[in-house]
Amino acid sequence: MQLSKRTLTRTVISAAILAATTGFAFAEGTLKVGLLSILEGPFAVPGQDGIRGAELALKQKGGTAGGMKIQLISGSSDGNPDKAVAATRKLVEQDKVQVMIGPLSGDEGIAVKNYAKTQAGITFINGSSGAQAATLNDPSTNFFRFNTEGAQWMVGLGDHALSKGYKKMFLIAEDYGFPYSQVQGFMASYCAKGGKVLDKAWVPLGTKDYASVIAKIPKDVDALLVVLGGSDAVNFLTQYEQAGGTKPMVGGSITVDQTVLNYKGKRRESLVGTASAGPMADSLDTAEWKKFVADYKANFKDGFPSPSLFAYLYYINTKAALDGLDAVKGDLSGGQKKYREALQKTKFVGPAGEVVIDANRNGVGPTYITEVTKAADGSLFNKVVKTVPNITQTLGLPEAEFKKMGLGTRDIPDCRK
Amino acid sequence: MSAAQWRRAMNTQLPRAQVSVVTQAPDRSATSFPGYIPTQDLFNQNKSWLSRAWSIIRIRHSLVLLGLFIYPLIASPFFTYQIAAQSMALGLIALSLTFLGGYGGMVSLSQMTVAGVSGYLIAIFGTSSMTAISLGWPWWLAVIFSILIAIVFATLVGWLSIRTEGIHTIMITLAIGVAFFYLTQQNYVLFNGFQGFSKIGAPTVGDVDFKDPNAFYFLSVGCALLSYWSVKYLVRAPFGMALQGIRDNPRRMNSLGFNITAHRLAAHAFAGLLASVGGILLIWYNNRISPGSINTGALINILVIAVLGGMKHPIGAFIGAITFVLLQNFAIDLVDRQRFNLVIGSVFLLIVFFSPDGLLGLWQKLRVRWASSGRDERIQGSRRA
Repeated sequence: MQLSKRTLTRTVISAAILAATTGFAFAEGTLKVGLLSILEGPFAVPGQDGIRGAELALKQKGGTAGGMKIQLISGSSDGNPDKAVAATRKLVEQDKVQVMIGPLSGDEGIAVKNYAKTQAGITFINGSSGAQAATLNDPSTNFFRFNTEGAQWMVGLGDHALSKGYKKMFLIAEDYGFPYSQVQGFMASYCAKGGKVLDKAWVPLGTKDYASVIAKIPKDVDALLVVLGGSDAVNFLTQYEQAGGTKPMVGGSITVDQTVLNYKGKRRESLVGTASAGPMADSLDTAEWKKFVADYKANFKDGFPSPSLFAYLYYINTKAALDGLDAVKGDLSGGQKKYREALQKTKFVGPAGEVVIDANRNGVGPTYITEVTKAADGSLFNKVVKTVPNITQTLGLPEAEFKKMGLGTRDIPDCRK
Repeated sequence: MSAAQWRRAMNTQLPRAQVSVVTQAPDRSATSFPGYIPTQDLFNQNKSWLSRAWSIIRIRHSLVLLGLFIYPLIASPFFTYQIAAQSMALGLIALSLTFLGGYGGMVSLSQMTVAGVSGYLIAIFGTSSMTAISLGWPWWLAVIFSILIAIVFATLVGWLSIRTEGIHTIMITLAIGVAFFYLTQQNYVLFNGFQGFSKIGAPTVGDVDFKDPNAFYFLSVGCALLSYWSVKYLVRAPFGMALQGIRDNPRRMNSLGFNITAHRLAAHAFAGLLASVGGILLIWYNNRISPGSINTGALINILVIAVLGGMKHPIGAFIGAITFVLLQNFAIDLVDRQRFNLVIGSVFLLIVFFSPDGLLGLWQKLRVRWASSGRDERIQGSRRA
């Protein structure tokens, strides 16, 4: 028999096409849940930790919720809102997920919320995005955020700074949405109680040279408010030290992280006492937090020494989504009406405090004020010095008063004089 | 010597038989013009332009048109909008690069920047979430002004870059692209910095809401077809012929009396038109624009699309865009989610490795092979008999 090479090639190609298009056959009782995170670009490492958090929540339930097997289908963004929406659209319209979890960063959250408005039949649950506007401006009834956001994370830190005697401060922060929110959370109470922020230096994300900013720092300030992330914070710290700076610092929620704590420069000692705030803290001394850390470590050998902020946020959002499915026994009929009602009633004690949401479907929860402390072995860690419970999205202000102030921007709030 | 004379002169040196084997003549002589068709057919002055246009329509053209029309009826909204419409918008921007690079010999990395200029302008002139910046003009006025200013910008870029050749052109246009990216990221008065603009959806004209997947699909396909046709037309027109002559031998063209600078500048302006239309479609598709839409990655993506499809024919830009968008969307389903960029990269590498002319080149190779193997079999069969 002569089997020509051409016939063979064609057979192989058709077989490949057949295999590619057939796809998987799903067992009865499987629910598809989309999981969007950042898996490429500079945020890929935190993005992967976010996925770990979501997977941990599912593992703790044995991979099922509401009597159905949960199949997580992941999508990736690179931090760009365009890509976040593209990946979400693919998961919703092509992979037909019923529930969507994500995204990771602030502006992505706003873009996904806008997309959620066009998909009334699907429920969207935030991943770790913390932009105020996602739930404050023009909220979408099918977008839920069980975590608190960037401004809420800083509430109480202003009072704490005043109690440490910092009456005049100088702000240095990255120039985008998340730091705007953080600065508002700090300044709302700090300014109201008489503190002054003499000047604000907004620097582009990824700034390497801080010489001009350091030169601008007034002599008479008591402390610096530094809302920079990752390598930006370390770069600033190094250059401030080289320029002979001695002022104490107050940090944002992602400023005083492990990279800063492992800082080896001469100013290392002076880092002790640096205050910051956030929705969780590594050194929390509660049974829930310790169990969460132990579970995380047991499940992910390749993970961080301790779960990151992103793992924690994805964890509580995923847990809320799955608990909601349990509550309605997997009933997603009627445009997921019952499911959303169940989500609205969510109330559980998470690793770092109670998880509940307000009428705009945004988390109300505690913030932890921490200070850098020296451990017995000489290493630095963030010690919890104060817990501020039940922080709402209006930062403890009456809604009308908060609306009058508006959302945080480069110029809001302002208390120079 | 006028362009018409140049054409005639070339034509007399070019017997018809040679033209049919264009694909097998890789040398950059006059015979390797992409899509070359003997000019006496096309520019017969006795025929009206309509009948001339009619005479070049083939069955495959009607099939493609029919396919494009039926597609949204059978495809899901996801495939109509995210795959097809996005491919058309990206393809349009890549087409402007194909035109500049393939026919003008000028590889410009700033085509996405031109698209970004028109996109930003449509946000500034039209309506967006940033009411403090957006002027709120009616959409048609905003579109006209955005395109016009983007063309001026493209011409200025061209004016700067045409003095250079090869790698230097790439460097200059890349520098302009990166500079514009940083400008948009750090300017708050006009470009609203890092966050850019959102809610810049396609307009509603009469009863048609172009935000609807099908309507937007037809809008982008319409723009793509029109641009494709105009490129096809232009490269056979005297201007296009002269441009290709300049690409192949600028000194000779110069000595023949052609104004090289003017031709290249005009090519940049025309490419600017294509890119700005594509840019507006892309911004309407995304419903937003921010510096992330025009960063270095986005500039390079356009080059990848153009090279992937093949720069020898305008259809390559669209083939490349479809491949690119499909890979971006579905690579994550093929392998482990942390490694999916590896698939995208390897496919690009394989295509460029096996076919420097992209997917079009691959197709041509296969066609030649099939044709010859078919002939071989027939010959063998006849021998056996």
